[in-house]
Amino acid sequence: MAPTLSVPPLPTVKAKKGSDVTVTLKASLPSGYHANSNKPTEAYLIPLTLKWTAGPLQVETITYPKAEMEKYSFSDKPISVVTGEFSIATKFKVPADAQSGPAAQTGTLRYQACDNKACYPPKNLPVNVTVSLE
Amino acid sequence: MRNALRLALVGLTALGLGTVACAPQEPVRAAVKDDKDRKTAPEFELKDVNGKVVHLSDFKGKVVLVDFWATWCGPCAIEIPWFVDFQRKYKDRGFEVVGISMDDDGWKAITPFVSEKKINYRILLGDDKTGDLYGGVEALPTTFVVDRDGRVASVHVGLANKKDFEDAIEKLLETPPASVAKSAGHSGS
Repeated sequence: MAPTLSVPPLPTVKAKKGSDVTVTLKASLPSGYHANSNKPTEAYLIPLTLKWTAGPLQVETITYPKAEMEKYSFSDKPISVVTGEFSIATKFKVPADAQSGPAAQTGTLRYQACDNKACYPPKNLPVNVTVSLE
Repeated sequence: MRNALRLALVGLTALGLGTVACAPQEPVRAAVKDDKDRKTAPEFELKDVNGKVVHLSDFKGKVVLVDFWATWCGPCAIEIPWFVDFQRKYKDRGFEVVGISMDDDGWKAITPFVSEKKINYRILLGDDKTGDLYGGVEALPTTFVVDRDGRVASVHVGLANKKDFEDAIEKLLETPPASVAKSAGHSGS
């Protein structure tokens, strides 16, 4: 059965106009599975990606988890993966002219998981956070 | 592909695989099933790179290795050179490999991969319907070896063993289709 990346809902984030705010998304994969990191070592592998698609905030940087180099039975050399629990932090800039009040920032987390013998289709998980703008 | 899971248990059981793993895949060393335990392989209708419609029944009378794979699948990339070898080695004895790609990006992703790997067998673009027919294929590679009578003789989920495939192919190639066996039996009596 395909592994599911579990991502708990993000808490509401308070942010001041004109400032920076960091949103940290926590995720976990079941034991025995891995997902490719955001910078896979092979061109054919699908990277872990977080894309923010709509909302009042401007993405400044996305910091992906530190990858592990692991060797699997299907790879001649170690490949760059994430396993277990990991976090992805997004630093946003809050526009000075943003409207006060709650706003939704939405995105998609894309990952492709494997175990030691098989791989599973890439999945897109919707991600959303409520931002309380002051 | 997203809907494939819901039919996995029913489908794989129906095809005689028996169990669906809920934990990381262990290699399935699927021996060739006894003749009486084999079930008819589902008919599919898929297109090749030229848009030609291909059915499993087009290979009637042959031993067919049906490989569900994708370009982003590392274990699939290990097995594909084996299948290239098998296609070359056994083609003249009535054997065909058919690769069913489950790539969402279609031929844009598949075509360069086929060139790079020098794939010498038929590649078809898969879909959810075909995956469901074959038991909700989700773990890749998943490979079915079909006998000359169009029945599933063995199923391998995940990276398998080259020798297991070869043993299955050799065994199945030595067995004539039931219709030929029957007529040979009649003529001899």
